[in-house]
Amino acid sequence: MKPVHTSEFPYDAGKITDDIKPKIVRSFLKDAFDSITRGGAGYHVWMGTLTFVMLTGAFAYSIQLNEGLSVTGMNDRVSWGFYISNFTFLVGVAAAAVMLVLPTYILKDVDFSKAVLIGEGLAVAALFMCLAFVTVDMGGPARVWHLIPGIGLFNWPSSMLTWDVLVLNGYLFLNLTIPFYILVCHYQGKHPNARIYVPGVIISVFWAFCIHLVTAFLYAGLPARPFWNSSLLGPRFLASAFSAGPALIIIVLSVIRRFTDYKVENVTIGKIALIVTVAAQINLVMLGSELFKEFYAPTHHSESAVYLFFGLHGFGGLRPWIWTAIMMNLFATGILTLNPLRNNHKWLLPACAILFISIWIEKGMGLIIPGFIPGPWGKIVEYTPTWIEICVSLGIWAMGMFIFTLLVKIAIPIETGKLRYVTETVSSGEKTTTNMPASTNLV
Amino acid sequence: MSHCNCSSPDPIRKNGMHELLAENVLSDWLKRDDEMNYLRSMPSLESVLMWSQYNNQPTSLAITKRTAADHVLDKGMDRRTAVQAMAASLMAGMGFFQTACNPFAPADEREKSQLAWDDYFQGNFRIMTDKEKEETVRRLERMYELNTGKRINISAKGPIPGVLYGYAFNISKCRGYLECIRGCIEENNQDRETGMQYITLHEHKKGQMNFGEAPDDFYHEVPRDGHFYIGTQCMHCENPPCVDVCPVQATWKEEDGIVVVDYNWCIGCRYCEAACPYDARRFNWQDPVVPENEVNHNQHYLGNRLRKKGVMEKCTFCIQRTREGKNPACVEACPTGARIFGNLLDPNSEIRWVLANKKVFRLKEDLGTEPKFWYFMD
Repeated sequence: MKPVHTSEFPYDAGKITDDIKPKIVRSFLKDAFDSITRGGAGYHVWMGTLTFVMLTGAFAYSIQLNEGLSVTGMNDRVSWGFYISNFTFLVGVAAAAVMLVLPTYILKDVDFSKAVLIGEGLAVAALFMCLAFVTVDMGGPARVWHLIPGIGLFNWPSSMLTWDVLVLNGYLFLNLTIPFYILVCHYQGKHPNARIYVPGVIISVFWAFCIHLVTAFLYAGLPARPFWNSSLLGPRFLASAFSAGPALIIIVLSVIRRFTDYKVENVTIGKIALIVTVAAQINLVMLGSELFKEFYAPTHHSESAVYLFFGLHGFGGLRPWIWTAIMMNLFATGILTLNPLRNNHKWLLPACAILFISIWIEKGMGLIIPGFIPGPWGKIVEYTPTWIEICVSLGIWAMGMFIFTLLVKIAIPIETGKLRYVTETVSSGEKTTTNMPASTNLV
Repeated sequence: MSHCNCSSPDPIRKNGMHELLAENVLSDWLKRDDEMNYLRSMPSLESVLMWSQYNNQPTSLAITKRTAADHVLDKGMDRRTAVQAMAASLMAGMGFFQTACNPFAPADEREKSQLAWDDYFQGNFRIMTDKEKEETVRRLERMYELNTGKRINISAKGPIPGVLYGYAFNISKCRGYLECIRGCIEENNQDRETGMQYITLHEHKKGQMNFGEAPDDFYHEVPRDGHFYIGTQCMHCENPPCVDVCPVQATWKEEDGIVVVDYNWCIGCRYCEAACPYDARRFNWQDPVVPENEVNHNQHYLGNRLRKKGVMEKCTFCIQRTREGKNPACVEACPTGARIFGNLLDPNSEIRWVLANKKVFRLKEDLGTEPKFWYFMD
C-alpha cells in the first residue's frame, strides 16, 4: 500500500470510527516512516544539522560520563545548574499545550484546531527534552531502575521528585496517544470518536496544570532555600509557562505555514497571541509582587534576590542575566499589549521570540541558580555553565527539535489530506481512497 | 540564608528535653513507612513505650526488629530476582557480563565481573535481611581485595537498642585548630583530591554571629584575636528534610538517629543536597581518590567505606566507631574538649548532663528539623 496523494476532498464527512485495526496501524507506521525519510534538500540539511548538534552533545556527555559531573560548573554550593534550569523551563513549554487543547476539544473553538496537533507535538518534544535534561544531571544514570516502582524503591508520596516522574511520564503518554489516535483516524479519512478521546483530553487539561505545579512544588517545598520557598512560585510558573509556550507555538506555526501547505488562519494566531499577552501581563504582576516582598523590607531571606538583582558582597554574576530578561520581558509584553502591534506579524513574531528568551532566562539563571546563592551558611559561590554543559544542552535542544520535526512531518500530510490509507477492494480489484470533504473540522 | 534565629540562644530545660525526645521517638516509630506498618501491632507498641521511658534494656525491641526485617525481606528477594531476570537480557552486551560468562577469561577477571554484576543488581540495604547484608559486605571486601590485594573489614552492624545519639558543641572551648576536620577526613576516607570535608569551622567576629560574614576557609594562626569559632556538620535531624525528598529512599534515619546514605542505591540527583538547610551533604563530583596507604581499613557499609563518583555522602557520626561504643573521630581529635557526644537515652551520659545543666541552643530551629546537635557556652 502506497500513500496516495489527493489534493481535494480529503474527508468523508459522515464516518466516525472507533476501531483501529492492527493492519491500519502497520500501514500508518510504514507511511509515517516513508514521510519522515523523504523530503526536499532543505529538510535534509535541517535534519543533518540537528544530527550534528546532537552528536556534539553526545560527545560532550561521554566526557561527562567518564570524568563525572566535575566537568560541569556545579559544585556542593550550587548543586543544580544549567541542566535543571532548562528542565524547569521546558516543563512549562510542555504544559502550555493545554492552552490550545482546552478551547479546541472542550470549548469546540474551531480556530484553534489547526494549532492543537502542533501544540501537542511540541509538548511531546519538550517532555523528551525534560527527561533528557534530568537524566544528564544524574550522577548515576545507570541506576535509574531504582526509580521504577516495584523493582526499585519509589519514595512516593513523600518525595516531590517521584510526583514529577509520575506526572511527566503520564503527560507524555497522554500527548502521544491522543494525537496518535486522531491522526490514525484522519489517516483513514474518518472522524475520531469523541467518546474515546475526549475523556483523555479532559484528563490532559488537568494534567498539564499538574506537571508545572508539581515542578514548582519541587522547589517551593524546600524551606532550606527561602528564595524558592514561596507560595507564589507555582502560580508564577503557570503564568510564565502559558506565555512562553504559546509564544513558541506562534513562531512554529508561522514557520510551518510559510514552508508547508498547511493552512493556519491569521485569526488562530491572533487568538493564541491574546493568550500569550494575558499570561505575560499576569506574570509581570506576580513579578512586581515578588519584588515588593523581597525589597520593601528585606530580611535574611531576601539575600538571594539581592544577589540576583543588585549583587551581594562584591559578587554579581547574575545581574546581567536578570536585567536582560526583565528588559526583554517588559519590551515584549508592551508590544503584545498594544493591539495594532500585536496584530501586525512584523511585530508579533519578534515579540514572541523576545518573550520566549526572557522567560527562559528567568526560569533558569534567574530562578534555579540564585536559589543556591548564598549557600545555607551565607557563603557565595558563583556559577557559570561550562562548555560541556552548554554542548550537552544544545544537543538536547537539537534532539527536541528533531523529534518535533518528525512529528510535524507525519501530521501535516495527514491533516492536509495528502497522506491517506489505501483500501484494496477485493471484488473489483481497483484501489480506492477514502475521502472526506476538505472543509470539515479536524476533530 | 535563613539563619535568622540562630543567634538567639533558646535554652531547653531538662523536662522540656524529656518531652521532646519522647515525642520524637514515638512519632518516629508511628511514622514508619508501609513496609514497617505492621510494627504498629501490640507487642511492638509496647516496646516503643518501653523505649520512650528511657529504660536501659528494652529487650523486646530487638526481637520485634528482627521479625520486621524478615517480613520485609521476603519481598526484597523477589524484587531482586525479578530485576536480575529482566535486566539480564538487556545487559547481555555489557563487558562485565561477557567476561563473567566467558570460560576462557582468567579466574580473577571472571570473579571480578561476577561481583560487579551482583553489585549492580544489589537491592536497597535498608530492607535487606541480616544474611543479605552480610553477603553484601563480604562481596565488597572481596572486590577491594581483588582490586588492591589488600584486605579490609566492612561491618554491617545495626543500631544498638536503647541508643539515640546526640552531639553538643562548646563554643567557648573551640579554638579553631581544625583538628576535628583532619581527624574526620582520615577516619572517613574522604576524597583527598577535592579536599572534601564534612565539618566546617566558621570564624566569627566577636560581637555578632553572622555566618555570611564568618570565613570558613581561614589559614592563619588560631585562635585569632577578637574571634570565636563554631563548627557545623550534619545535625542528624529527628525530622530530616533530606530523607523526605530522596526519590529512591537511598537515605534514611536509623533507629539510633544517624542519617545514613546507601552509596550503592543513590542515583545522584542531589535533591537532598538542595533540601538540607545545614550544608551537610557532599557529592562526589568525580572519582574520589584515597591513596591505599591512607585508607582506613575498618569500615562500615553505611559509613566510611570507599565511595564512587556520582553519589552523595555525609557525616555519619562515624557509624563504624560509634556502634562499637567509641566516640566519633572529631570528638577524639579535638584538643580542647569542645566536642561532646553520647547517648541521649542514657540519663548518665555526658551529653545529657550538658543538656540538663547548660543553656543550649540549636541552629535554624525555626525550620522545625529538630537537629540532635546542640551548642552551648561555658
